[in-house]
Amino acid sequence: MSFDDAYQALTDHDDDARWAYGTGFADPLAGVPTAIPAELDPADLAAYCLMLGDDALIMSQRLQQWVTRAPELEDEVAIANIALDLLGQARLLLTRAGEAEDDGRGEDALAYHREAGDFRNVQLAERADTDFAHLVARLLVFTTWRLALLDRLAGAPDPVLAAIGAKGVKEVTYHREYAAGWVVRLGDGTELSHRRMQDAIDAVWPLIGELFRPYEVEQRMGMDPSTLRPEFDAVLTQVLAAATLREPAASPAGGRGREGEHTPALTEILGEMQGFARSLPGGVW
Amino acid sequence: MITAQPAAAAVAATVTDPELPMLTLADLGILRDVREDAGRVVVTITPTYSGCPAMDEIRTDLRRALHRAGYADVEVRTELSPAWTTDWITADGRDKLAAAGIAPPGPAPRRPAGPVPLVLGPRRRAAACPRCGQPDTELIAAFSATACRELRRCPVCREPFEHVKEI
Repeated sequence: MSFDDAYQALTDHDDDARWAYGTGFADPLAGVPTAIPAELDPADLAAYCLMLGDDALIMSQRLQQWVTRAPELEDEVAIANIALDLLGQARLLLTRAGEAEDDGRGEDALAYHREAGDFRNVQLAERADTDFAHLVARLLVFTTWRLALLDRLAGAPDPVLAAIGAKGVKEVTYHREYAAGWVVRLGDGTELSHRRMQDAIDAVWPLIGELFRPYEVEQRMGMDPSTLRPEFDAVLTQVLAAATLREPAASPAGGRGREGEHTPALTEILGEMQGFARSLPGGVW
Repeated sequence: MITAQPAAAAVAATVTDPELPMLTLADLGILRDVREDAGRVVVTITPTYSGCPAMDEIRTDLRRALHRAGYADVEVRTELSPAWTTDWITADGRDKLAAAGIAPPGPAPRRPAGPVPLVLGPRRRAAACPRCGQPDTELIAAFSATACRELRRCPVCREPFEHVKEI
């Protein structure tokens, strides 16, 4: 479509509201068949989609905080694109969770109107990074785990979940390459970059255990995350070897974000993410 | 893929992509189906990437174009599976990308069985310089103005250019 001026492009649509949070954005699953397979417990499907959707939403939000703070413009663009892909996955997953749950909340209600204790993301997703090395270490762990997980979703008992997984695999493959590339560059770089990259790996290691702790709902969905561990370990070993970095000792069991136990970092980032939507409920302009 | 009466399908095929306006939705391979039944038109599209912010614009543009062509009853459906691949960009679409200075994608990677392999270091890509034709070019950044493009540079004419990444 061509428009005479840019303002016309923003306003001359047959939708009533544009460019306000939570409005003007159509349901990301618009027109996708929403039936839930009869053999699935809808509550299980909702709970599982919420876990994976919250991981993507909170990780995306943390990545967005690096925009205008990255060391190079190209990295800012890369981080923004990774954040956008994860936000897209979050929208699909939260919408699917809303379709499956009794309350039938939409993606916006789930994103903006839940308290920290209702979020089901792993604690890895919520950590704030103050050093670029810490960011890429966390991104490497997150993307390596999520890529293995999304790949298994192709066999999920829900066709929508399977489609989200197949699509996400292509995206997260690029995200993981980006993170691994930086871990290798910094680890196998100068004495200073090597030391800071090793610090970052050591700091993220205690957050790994939680990623593989299975919950009953995951097992009922046929998606036990503990089965992803060999693939995860093989990739981390490959990257750390290329980066001349030392693999830390075995990580502890980790937190329980899946049960709603979070660090203060989640409350802090939800304040930023939800504040505007909550101050103007249903706002449109 | 287009199975409708020519009229509605032809109208839908003229709608362009908001991010790559030199391409129609059909060139890009995201227009999967157009059906017309008793005046009602059902268009099926698929997103390029999960987070593609243009999807809503594309739905709106499709409805507008079909409304203008006299179709009052238009439904735009989204299909997630099978996931979009750059292999669906048509030959015509590839020519238009190259003419606009954007290197078209090579064949999408075929995945071996088992876990997705990790490639360390820049991938070898068949991305010739769209300006001078130099076949070997270097990666500047794996992401560009949109998630579907990367930034490369030609070692001969020194010009940077965008390349649509194979997925």
